[in-house]
Amino acid sequence: MSAPANFPGEPESSLEIAREFGLSNDEWERVLSTLSRKPSYAELGVVSVMWSEHCSYKSSRVHLSRLPTTGPQVVQGPGENAGAVDIGDGFCAVFKMESHNHPSYIEPYQGAATGVGGILRDVFTMGARPIASLNSLRFGRPDHPKTPHLLKGVVAGIGGYGNCIGVPTVGGEVQFDSSYDGNILVNAFTVGIARTDDLFFGVAEGVGNPILYVGSKTGRDGIHGATMASAEFGEETDSKLPTVQVGDPFMEKLLLEACLEIFATDCLSGVQDMGAAGLTSSSVEMADRAGNGIELDLDAIPRRTKALSPYEMLLSESQERMLMVAKEGREQEVFDICAKWDLDASIVGRVTDTGRFVCKATPGYDPFDGTGEPDPVVVVDLPVDLLTNAAPKYDRPQTSRAEQASVVTMAGDAPDDLGAELVRLVGSPNIGSRSWIWRQYDHIVRDGTVIRPGEGDAAVIRVFCEDEEGTREKYLAVSSDCNARHVELDPFGGAAMAVAECTRNIVCVGAKPLGLTDCLNFGNPEVPEQMWRFAQAVDGLGAACSALGAPVVSGNVSLYNETDGNAILPTPTVAVVGQLEDPEHRLGLGFVRESDVIAHLGRASRGVLGGSEWLVQRTRSVTGAPVGIDLEAEAALQHAMLELARAKLLHSAHDISDGGFAVCLAEASIAHGYGARVTLPAAEDAPAHALMFSEEPSRIVVSMLPGNVGPVGEICARFGVPFEKIGSVTGETLAIEGVCEVPVEELAERHAKALDAIVSQPGGG
Amino acid sequence: MRVAVVQFPGSNADWDALHTVRDVVGADAWYAFHKNTTLGDADAVVIPGGFSYGDYLRAGAIAGFSPIVSSIREFAERGGPILGICNGFQILTEMGLLPGALTRNAHLRFECRDIHLRVESEGPFTDMGRGTVLRLPIAHADGRYHITEEGLAELERHGQVAFRYCTLKGRPPNGSDANPNGSVSDIAGIYNRDKNVLGMMPHPERASEDILGNDDGLTLFQSLRRHLGLQ
Repeated sequence: MSAPANFPGEPESSLEIAREFGLSNDEWERVLSTLSRKPSYAELGVVSVMWSEHCSYKSSRVHLSRLPTTGPQVVQGPGENAGAVDIGDGFCAVFKMESHNHPSYIEPYQGAATGVGGILRDVFTMGARPIASLNSLRFGRPDHPKTPHLLKGVVAGIGGYGNCIGVPTVGGEVQFDSSYDGNILVNAFTVGIARTDDLFFGVAEGVGNPILYVGSKTGRDGIHGATMASAEFGEETDSKLPTVQVGDPFMEKLLLEACLEIFATDCLSGVQDMGAAGLTSSSVEMADRAGNGIELDLDAIPRRTKALSPYEMLLSESQERMLMVAKEGREQEVFDICAKWDLDASIVGRVTDTGRFVCKATPGYDPFDGTGEPDPVVVVDLPVDLLTNAAPKYDRPQTSRAEQASVVTMAGDAPDDLGAELVRLVGSPNIGSRSWIWRQYDHIVRDGTVIRPGEGDAAVIRVFCEDEEGTREKYLAVSSDCNARHVELDPFGGAAMAVAECTRNIVCVGAKPLGLTDCLNFGNPEVPEQMWRFAQAVDGLGAACSALGAPVVSGNVSLYNETDGNAILPTPTVAVVGQLEDPEHRLGLGFVRESDVIAHLGRASRGVLGGSEWLVQRTRSVTGAPVGIDLEAEAALQHAMLELARAKLLHSAHDISDGGFAVCLAEASIAHGYGARVTLPAAEDAPAHALMFSEEPSRIVVSMLPGNVGPVGEICARFGVPFEKIGSVTGETLAIEGVCEVPVEELAERHAKALDAIVSQPGGG
Repeated sequence: MRVAVVQFPGSNADWDALHTVRDVVGADAWYAFHKNTTLGDADAVVIPGGFSYGDYLRAGAIAGFSPIVSSIREFAERGGPILGICNGFQILTEMGLLPGALTRNAHLRFECRDIHLRVESEGPFTDMGRGTVLRLPIAHADGRYHITEEGLAELERHGQVAFRYCTLKGRPPNGSDANPNGSVSDIAGIYNRDKNVLGMMPHPERASEDILGNDDGLTLFQSLRRHLGLQ
């Protein structure tokens, strides 16, 4: 077989170009020896993008295989476009989280917007109608000159896309830390609903079946974006603008409606969206899953610009495009539905039995301006396996971090006025209200948002499940979490805490956790200490997922989050989907009734301040002894909490996390303007400020009618969970006995203005 | 009651409207696709929220030229009740069925939150009486109502101002963010001269059920039922 032709104007492939495309010397040699020839320029582009960290998971795969991915409720585990869990009556929740970090730093609006677009497509590609989104954001320190521009741009981009397509953005989280000064994180999550029997998969099945291209035309945007996402940033980052894609949420809305209509006809055998690495990865992955080959006729690719080369068409990351495999003879049904929604659709190839990825194109032919006649030659001919299973896999060296020279075990000086300290903390950017953010998101479209942002520890959404028997209403809870500072101090424990906080949030609103998706954001895996953090965090996630009943069903890895050698805090973000048996079990986080009893569930604080927001503000560094987590105690607490919600014995539940016990109390008071008088729970003799602001996990503050104290205590005892009555809802101040007393109104005012200092800065948006 | 919910490409609160009028209010309800030229045998029409045609040009601008539009116009001329919510309000002004225009919010951001509004004029959707205060959610970037001074005087003279933004206690915003978008004269919704066409920025169809924490919006649909002589 003769080697595929280079297109006119394309250079001969070489080691230099391979390195420019992100391949190592060894990887270049590996390509040469596998092919026994030099790849064409387009082939080199295809190989380098498929072997990029972003597409191949080459540094992470050996570790990810250790995660628990099974359970009776798991309908679809990792490996597909999204994971799925059973929610009863033949329906499932389909969800995934994905990063769009690098593009969002370069161009925050479009980077974040296309991140939302990408995750929505991952979900509806499975045949699910998206019903809610979350986002997890990390920015640099609040007073970094770029932070206002990046925050405003990212929030506007997420809103611009999500609001237009009509999927509610119901929650999320944001943290500011100097480690993200040059590498922000934008992790987007979407959950959808499908009938389990009607799930669609990304498989190119049926030799001879036509491959259809549906949606936006191909342009030059985002070429080699996946490779960019697999490299560190340096000084030349500002010149990477052309690798950022531009989103069109209206097109995506049409694509969504058309796809769901097409899926319902059962005329497809497989479908995949064109995400990272565009046409290349979607066709290669579909061929791989089916064990087939694919042949593409690049002359037929719809395009929006002239003189596109095969390399450009194969690597473009133009948005809002889908690749579909139709059952033979049923193409017309696809065309008809696309016409209804004014979408372009064309046949661009066939499924083959060769196990090869073959692309043909005509040199000198350009359908855009009608130049020349089609007479295609082979420009790419690669084994599918080379691009998938045979891609490099590395078990990179690890070095555990040198023990910190001096661990700050205690917080040093106690502040004089703890009330003022609490007010200041509640009004600081990492703790205060996020309403400036979520008010820019349509969080109520589709009439399902039952617990809105800021009202509970997780969002609760009503979903409508329609089948022949009519419409059933089901209730899902979603939350996303990760406190990277605790991961920095203890990668295993901190990652386990991220999972624990997330599932705890789910039980606090009265739902049972069903499954988890993760987005693992780390630094350069070629640095052994970073690789060690990653491996430890994966094990911590796995241990917590097993202990807390939330198997990992999908996920994403984002490495090389470094600029000029400075890595981000290790940030294994997780999102959990849970389900409420009955909407009447739902609980908000705020106190709702004067004279209700307030109780503390779980082991009381030992006053360990390591990694806490208070200590970071005090010392300007992530420091201190790690707080640790007892997963058995955590599981018992969560089981008890769910039982309490189901028994309808509580009026509110709020877990203790960022900012500690005092902030938890303040938030419960601020929510509906109720005061409280409580004692400060303590397991050991520790200074009051340490007990107030420690972020030790496995603790929940609840409120209830005085008459329910007995039954609540009994349920806690049954699960072996410490239960302590600490006070009551009363008055207009938050009073912690012997420590401080602060007007709720003052707390609320400061809380509401927490982001003002950042968002009032000029720039961005 | 029989209600057509118009579906433009980019409509996204079409489900909210259909669900509420069909499953909560109990009407027969269906989608009328924008490429159709008929609304079906409807007693009332809802033009729902969203971003018709992406709203890239100007909110509602292109929808005003859709094939379905002539039948909406005809329905309005026959006196049929039409409710345009959010993007639906924008479309009704672009079609010329309602006066004025909706421009970018004064603070330039999309905003989604609960606001309060006061009923200013009785009509098919507002028989709850002048002065009634409702809590409803908004979710828009282009909700700042604008009209000329003469136009505003005209609206007032004919009792066409249906809703004004107000405080929790029903008082005028007086420049506060109780008016969420900077609308002239705090206007949240208006009727046409014949009062059969209502356009409003807040979303009654997203606040018509207890489970959503608010059923103030239901009063508009109940008013419509009574107007049509059903119950």
